[in-house]
Amino acid sequence: MELANIEKLVEKYLNAETSLQEETTLRNYFTGGNVAQHLQEYEYMFNYFATTKDETYTKTIELEPKKSKKRNFKWLSVAAFIMLLFSVFVGKIAHDKAQEKKAEKIYAQVTKGLKLLSTNLKKGENAVATLYTYENTVNKILK
Amino acid sequence: MNQSDFLKVVLPFKDKVFRLAKRLLVSTEEAEDATQELFFKLWRSKEKIADYKNVEAFAMTMTKNYCYDRLKSKQASNLTLVHSNYKEKETSLDKKVEHQDSVNQVHQLIEKLPENQKIIIQLRDVEQYDFDEICKMVDMKPTAVRVALSRARKTIREELIKKHNYGVS
Repeated sequence: MELANIEKLVEKYLNAETSLQEETTLRNYFTGGNVAQHLQEYEYMFNYFATTKDETYTKTIELEPKKSKKRNFKWLSVAAFIMLLFSVFVGKIAHDKAQEKKAEKIYAQVTKGLKLLSTNLKKGENAVATLYTYENTVNKILK
Repeated sequence: MNQSDFLKVVLPFKDKVFRLAKRLLVSTEEAEDATQELFFKLWRSKEKIADYKNVEAFAMTMTKNYCYDRLKSKQASNLTLVHSNYKEKETSLDKKVEHQDSVNQVHQLIEKLPENQKIIIQLRDVEQYDFDEICKMVDMKPTAVRVALSRARKTIREELIKKHNYGVS
């Protein structure tokens, strides 16, 4: 391929007007070594494009997704939520029981106190009753 | 469409998908993950694939969109800085090494291009798709594709000349 032609193609190439076939011509020229000095930058470009195309995806493609990771997290959160609910529930029961016991204790104390109060009051009432009988008899006599 | 049919359709362009992903995401690991993820997606939508005339173009479009999403997400933005294997060597005595450097420089120059120019130069100059296919893949008008490609090529060339001249003087 003579140089003039290559130069023309390069001009078209820069304006993105070359066809794929013309670009193949350019590629063959520039990757073949033996490049004119003033076109050296194209040698770098085309060599780069050629080497890049050699890069391949070496890993095997798996079509069954390894979903387990994500799913585990989902289930983990569900499990954690259930655990949380359960512990709150258990905690509430224990709390209620403790509360009940406390209430019972207070109730017992209050009844005890009230009983004490009532017996003492009865004593006072008896005394007052005696006082009344006393007053009555006094009144009877005085009349 | 069973698994082996699917693979028959899909495997021929797996390297192209990978290279495009690598062009956009820079790091090889990211590109590998992206490729794998993309083929999951394709496999999942395998019923639809049967209707497409050009699965390859469809896959390339998906790759482009997926990589854009990855780039937008924060996760990937941390990874774009990882790559460092194209460091410039300051002085190289061996001419062969110098040549290799200049070839690698092209990589760096492409890296600096805007995203759409990157994709187009990848699709055209590396993968050698024709213009109609590229238009479909990037969803752009033919003139816009040509303008972007022309700009990308000119930028790379000018930068190369600049670097080269600096080296001489």
